[in-house]
Amino acid sequence: MVTAVRRIVLWAMSTLTALVLVLGYHTSTSSQMASVESSVLAPVSGSTSSGSGSSSGTPSSSGTGDGTSAAAVTVTGDRVQTRWGPVQVQVTVQAGEITDVSVPQYPDDNGRDRQINARALPILVSETLDAQDAGIDMVSGATVTSEGYVESLQSALDEAGL
Amino acid sequence: MSAVVRPPARRVEHVMGMPISLALRGRHTDDTAARAAWEAALAVLREADRVFSTYRPDSCISRLGRGEIGPEDCPPEVAEVLALGAAAERRSGGAFAVHRPGPDGAAVLDPSGVVKGWAVERAAAALEALPETDFCLSAGGDLTCRTLHDDAAPWRIGIEDPADPRRLTAVVPVRTGAVATSGAAHRGAHVVDARTGRPPAGVASVTVLAASLTWADIDATAAYAQGPDAARWLETLPGRSGLVVWADGSTTVVEPVLPAG
Repeated sequence: MVTAVRRIVLWAMSTLTALVLVLGYHTSTSSQMASVESSVLAPVSGSTSSGSGSSSGTPSSSGTGDGTSAAAVTVTGDRVQTRWGPVQVQVTVQAGEITDVSVPQYPDDNGRDRQINARALPILVSETLDAQDAGIDMVSGATVTSEGYVESLQSALDEAGL
Repeated sequence: MSAVVRPPARRVEHVMGMPISLALRGRHTDDTAARAAWEAALAVLREADRVFSTYRPDSCISRLGRGEIGPEDCPPEVAEVLALGAAAERRSGGAFAVHRPGPDGAAVLDPSGVVKGWAVERAAAALEALPETDFCLSAGGDLTCRTLHDDAAPWRIGIEDPADPRRLTAVVPVRTGAVATSGAAHRGAHVVDARTGRPPAGVASVTVLAASLTWADIDATAAYAQGPDAARWLETLPGRSGLVVWADGSTTVVEPVLPAG
């Protein structure tokens, strides 16, 4: 198996092509967003949280689940403190199935969103690129299952470090 | 510049049916502290699997989904995850949802789209406790990295080519932050647009960078589910950057919206 993985890596090496540095690829949409960013993530409904502050969550009286059927039961959970802020959840159960999950109070991740600005570095796009020559530490891709792992680039990287 | 750079120490274990890969560099890479932090990280993932697995009929999430128990009977993490899912549903206009249509048409509670990134971010807290040590922790292709010193080289993250998972389509250097990718390359069409119940069209994969792996994972899935609108939607999220690979192989880079001045 290891040999097969190495072969894949070697094969990929032969197809290395030049990198293209993509910089300044701002679309008109993204520059416009900068001026309105506070409104983009504003809670649409059912939450009173903003920034780091939070007020006690009064469940919104939207009547979720009420009136649609006599069998619907809405249960409100306790308010829970999470690392993103206080959270409260309502679950509506009807005929043994959850029909709705609503969150009278949910966390606001604006603060954490902004942290990445200083840390996001340019993405280098290439048509084909090999993991070894590119000096890759990890691979991000569609979820690799344990079954598919042995054939993945990530497993080649992991092998190389063992 | 002339300092010898040693390759990071690496470990792999399989939890939740996924490979969990760790790279460590710095003071604690292969000592007792490193091993203990690794075991603690794996324990967090195993516990998340026990509570949230939709494959286990006796998990809290399965029992909650059948209406046998309420959220107050579950560990507080369940409320946290459902809240994250509801927030994601709201800001994606319903493309992302923690319910999916079951075989009989009734809604099935399935917060898997939230749990993975969230659980790995929690697991990484055990590694953050390692002094003078940089790490990169990946669960099946979604990862979170830390680099303590600005003069250290960033972690170099390869983004898989969705058309050929043996190749990379891009590289993104990350010092501290998370990278998550959603696509159909390995498991087939398992993500659907919750508004239509159908797999998205036109998009091959979406990679999102964010400070938090929880949100990188959620936003990658939510953007992917929106098919042709993936890049446009990502651009509306302040602070997000990412890469959309379209079905025809072309790409769109989404740059972070930088604060003015």
